[in-house]
Amino acid sequence: MKNNSFLKMIKGNSGIIAVLVIISVILSFASPVFLTADNFLSVLRQVSNNMYLALGMTLVIILGGIDLSVGTCVAMCGTLTAGLMVNQGMPMGAAIAVGLLLGTLAGFLNGLIIATFKVPAFIVTMSMMNIAKGIAYIYSGGRSIRVSNEVYTGIGTGKLFGVLPLPVVYMIILIAVFMVVLNKTKFGTYIFAIGGNRESARLSGVPIKKVEIAVFTISGFLAAFAGIVLSARMYSGQPGVGEGYELDAIAACVLGGVSMTGGIGAISGTIFGALVIGIISNGLNLIGLSSFWQLVVKGLIILLAVIIDTQKGSDSVVKRIIKNAKERA
Amino acid sequence: MENIVLQMKDISKSFGGVHALNGIHFELREGEIHALLGENGAGKSTLIKVLGGIYKPDKGSVAINGKDVVMDSVQVARDHGIGIIHQEIVLVPHLTVAENIFLGREILDRFGFQDRKEMYRQATEMLGALGLEFDAGLKVAALTIAQQQMVEIVKASSFQVKILVMDEPTSSLSDEEVEKLFETMEKLRRQKVSIIYISHRMEELFRITDRITVIRDGTYVGTVDTKATDTNQLVAMMVGRSLQNYYTRDYDTMKEEVVLEVKNLTKKGVFKDINFKVRKGEILGFSGLVGAGRSEIMTCVFGADRFDSGEIFLNGRQVRFKNCLQAINAGIAMVTEDRKKTGLTLINSIMFNTTLSSLRYYAAGLLISDKKKDAVTKEYIKSLNIKALSPDVAVGSMSGGNQQKVVLAKALATKPKLLILDEPTRGVDVGAKAEIYAIINELAKQGMAIVMISSELPEIINMCDNVCVVKEGVKTGELGYQGLTQEKIMKLATGV
Repeated sequence: MKNNSFLKMIKGNSGIIAVLVIISVILSFASPVFLTADNFLSVLRQVSNNMYLALGMTLVIILGGIDLSVGTCVAMCGTLTAGLMVNQGMPMGAAIAVGLLLGTLAGFLNGLIIATFKVPAFIVTMSMMNIAKGIAYIYSGGRSIRVSNEVYTGIGTGKLFGVLPLPVVYMIILIAVFMVVLNKTKFGTYIFAIGGNRESARLSGVPIKKVEIAVFTISGFLAAFAGIVLSARMYSGQPGVGEGYELDAIAACVLGGVSMTGGIGAISGTIFGALVIGIISNGLNLIGLSSFWQLVVKGLIILLAVIIDTQKGSDSVVKRIIKNAKERA
Repeated sequence: MENIVLQMKDISKSFGGVHALNGIHFELREGEIHALLGENGAGKSTLIKVLGGIYKPDKGSVAINGKDVVMDSVQVARDHGIGIIHQEIVLVPHLTVAENIFLGREILDRFGFQDRKEMYRQATEMLGALGLEFDAGLKVAALTIAQQQMVEIVKASSFQVKILVMDEPTSSLSDEEVEKLFETMEKLRRQKVSIIYISHRMEELFRITDRITVIRDGTYVGTVDTKATDTNQLVAMMVGRSLQNYYTRDYDTMKEEVVLEVKNLTKKGVFKDINFKVRKGEILGFSGLVGAGRSEIMTCVFGADRFDSGEIFLNGRQVRFKNCLQAINAGIAMVTEDRKKTGLTLINSIMFNTTLSSLRYYAAGLLISDKKKDAVTKEYIKSLNIKALSPDVAVGSMSGGNQQKVVLAKALATKPKLLILDEPTRGVDVGAKAEIYAIINELAKQGMAIVMISSELPEIINMCDNVCVVKEGVKTGELGYQGLTQEKIMKLATGV
């Protein structure tokens, strides 16, 4: 049974896995460093931040929504948590709690407004994106806030057993939690049901509002979490960080086969999607491509990967039609 | 002898070794309305697709006006005057009627811009020719479903159509709108257009068609003159055996105990002062014209919509549900009217859909047990005779009858005391219909209280213990099953 679902996962993600393998093979020839254990860990660490956001984004997109506010929420929460410790002298635990709460609140408000007033998620979260960005700049005056508290910076720079970077450990834990939540709980099933057919879900007794609010709240919480880990890793809260992070998270989901129209997707796909994006960045760095060119190449590769994936999808549509005809005949 | 405009001979088509069509014959005379009848999955759609140039047949010939034609593209079919109106309306809602009719072949003025005036003029002329009264400048979104269908017909006939295929055009129309459609069909017939008509509604076939061709499991069963046949013969041809007991109903299942009592239920502008009781083991029918407010009464009872005043008692306790979840938890389940829009998530599996409303029963701690879900789904696949290879099949790929059974399974899995069925057999073929009636009867036997809304009078007459008739939001009467006739119901439903 276990084996079966593993195979299913591989089969369902075959397109993105192929992309991952091809890129890895090319990069391992292009750079001697690429295939080393050190680099592998560094890729994972770089991926982790996007993964936190992408996990929340997966839930949001399966629900049929989108969350554009996560990028600037990363900045807002990181900056405020750092600032509250450094400027206001708040104890570390309290500052972290406030930071997490702030992002969670932003997500909760997103969900509340979307569920209550039926405003499209795109608009609501775009507004929240601006608000969060504004708050980060207002609070910090546009300057980054240096943190010297080593316990705090350890959150982002520490290593488990002296090997595994802590951000990677968090990532693994979160992935496990989200896989269980999405696949094994009522809440997870409800997310698919709402994204698949909202009206049918409502009439089937799915508490739509509650689920919507919860999903956006989770996304906000993850953004806050990502912001704190990132500020700890950078030894500073920076109001300008996080711009475009929401797009990387969305890209990870889309690459991983999460349908933008809702109802379809899996955590496993998003993981591969985030890995592809991370490996591309890492590889281009190793090759020494300028960061401006990196943007161009990254964009092209994402586009290509999604095209390959949709083609694979349309093939299976043809197969499905034939299968239907067979069943009917 | 009348002209034969279309002759399809010995058409066979297989997909990967499986025969979808096997030696089908079909003949169409000029100005004839010829029904194509068969259960869902019998091959009607495949045959139409062969005619429309979408599928190429493996064997057989298609002749138009006596000449063999190789129907290998949609364009060829169109050039030979074949127009197909599909079940789902495919107009662009935010364009006008005229723009929709000329979509893709707009009339241009000498500067290369759209000549809206000319398109409007021609469209108005076309509408007039079929006796349609609405304005060609209206946006399609502002029209009723029936009017939209008329636009489809006008659009199809504007291609110099000689053969018009109509695939279940009446499935979402009210009786009045159906009349209008029939008038239009008569006008087309007089213009020597031949019509292939696909419908499950037997009464309609007897009213409008000249001949009926029946196919079953991809094979040709026969063609009969409509005047010389009856429902029993057609059903027997369709299912390959005669369905003696098409309706299954034991009338001794009703108990004394009242499960649901509704008093003076009112929603302004929709329905007013509705009173009724449903007892254990009773099937209470709700009859009336489409739009009379029957479904709305039930969605309010079910907590899906709000009502203004009135009281609802479930097992003697007053209730007012804020949402469907509360109603489901209290023991009410509802099978909604439109399974594709409101009943199912088509992209998901049988198991997903079957268990969605009853997840609370499959909890194992915080998690949901896949094993329990699987077991319950398999149980319903077996007991409701759902035809599927496994619980993981996506419901979107299944036939109407099987989909309807999945919606029913979802409702039953909540273990309801009261089951509300809204048009439980709409768009379902006869075989599955008979099965669904047997299931409903069995549920009543087990003591379930059942409310059945239906626009099909035979179904109401043959299944219900009592029937409430609703006219324009007011209950005009309640009739017992004894001595129940269509006339009695229609009198209350229309007030004449």
